[in-house]
Amino acid sequence: MPVQVTTDTFKKEVLESDIPVIVDFWAQWCRPCLMVAPILEEIAEEYEGKVKVAKINVDEEGYLANQYKVSSIPTLYLFEDGEVKTQVIGLMRKEDLIKKLGI
Amino acid sequence: MHDVIVIGGGPAGASAAIYLQRSKLDVLMIMKDYGTLEKTGHIDNYWGFESTMDGKELSEKGVLQAKRLGVRVKMEEVLDIENDLMGEHKFTVKTDQATYEGKTVLLATGQSKPNLRVKGFKEFTGKGISFCAICDGFIYRNKKIGVVGNKKFMSEELETLSNFTDDITVFTNAHELTVDVDTKVVTDKITEIQGDDVIKKVITENKEYDVDALFIAMGTPSANDFALRMGALIDKNNIVVDDKFMTNIPGLFAAGDCVGGLLQIAKAVSDGAHAALSLNKYVRAL
Repeated sequence: MPVQVTTDTFKKEVLESDIPVIVDFWAQWCRPCLMVAPILEEIAEEYEGKVKVAKINVDEEGYLANQYKVSSIPTLYLFEDGEVKTQVIGLMRKEDLIKKLGI
Repeated sequence: MHDVIVIGGGPAGASAAIYLQRSKLDVLMIMKDYGTLEKTGHIDNYWGFESTMDGKELSEKGVLQAKRLGVRVKMEEVLDIENDLMGEHKFTVKTDQATYEGKTVLLATGQSKPNLRVKGFKEFTGKGISFCAICDGFIYRNKKIGVVGNKKFMSEELETLSNFTDDITVFTNAHELTVDVDTKVVTDKITEIQGDDVIKKVITENKEYDVDALFIAMGTPSANDFALRMGALIDKNNIVVDDKFMTNIPGLFAAGDCVGGLLQIAKAVSDGAHAALSLNKYVRAL
């Protein structure tokens, strides 16, 4: 299951994670975000133990959204060893998302 | 509530409406004009016409045929489509004149064309250039926002964005402004978009403007604009549909040029017929 991440838990859950983390910046009012959610749930299940999926609500976590220059949602980042490896903006098919993220 | 609202009255939309009407469904077709075919003077490769056919004439005949068979047709411009998030089979279609409700929607509005081809446009798409005020407007609370557009579609986006900031500039990109707005308006042609990691400036023929975001709502909304707002998948400028012509949103179908493939009347008519058969099954199973 994807984990909900806040400014307080970001360091531990994302930057210090032992495995790569897909971070999904999303919001309740954004319909493409709602459509990407089930895709990410599937990825979280299929890649369990290999890749973690973290969700950040930009409505509540404006600081993190600003820090990572989120300018359009959904924006997804792949973090590895505390650093951003890839960035994907917008809704796309699961296979395209996996390919673009490079997981 | 209508069983099906068909948006677009070209070969895909009108064919679908005809099939749906003959299946005795309650179908409403909304179209703003005759689309691409309106500008196509000579058609010689479509079956059944001994002489060269004029595109507009062919389209008009298709709509008249649909009307003769009982399809209700509204000549209106669709500005927004909303799907119900609570799982109810309901789509709300807002036009420049009224609001309609349908159990399903078929998008058949033709090919979506990129509407601002300037240097930096691709580079800053998703990095400050946005196509959806309701999705991204909130990110730019109290920031400097530019909106590119000249018609009602733009004023709809403007209304959403005005909830987030007072600092909005409308760029008409040298098109005629057909709506009243109470923001700053720049009528120069846009020549370039500049920035670093994110957008910073809109450059026009005569001046530079600082912006934190640029929302695109040029002309009238395309099928992709509707799809984007609802969360339908788009791949390389085409709406993604399954073999039943349904998108990833249950009840939202698409057919004709907006789903890509061969951009020909014959294919659009075929899409329309196939989509109608699927829609018929779908609506009857609800």
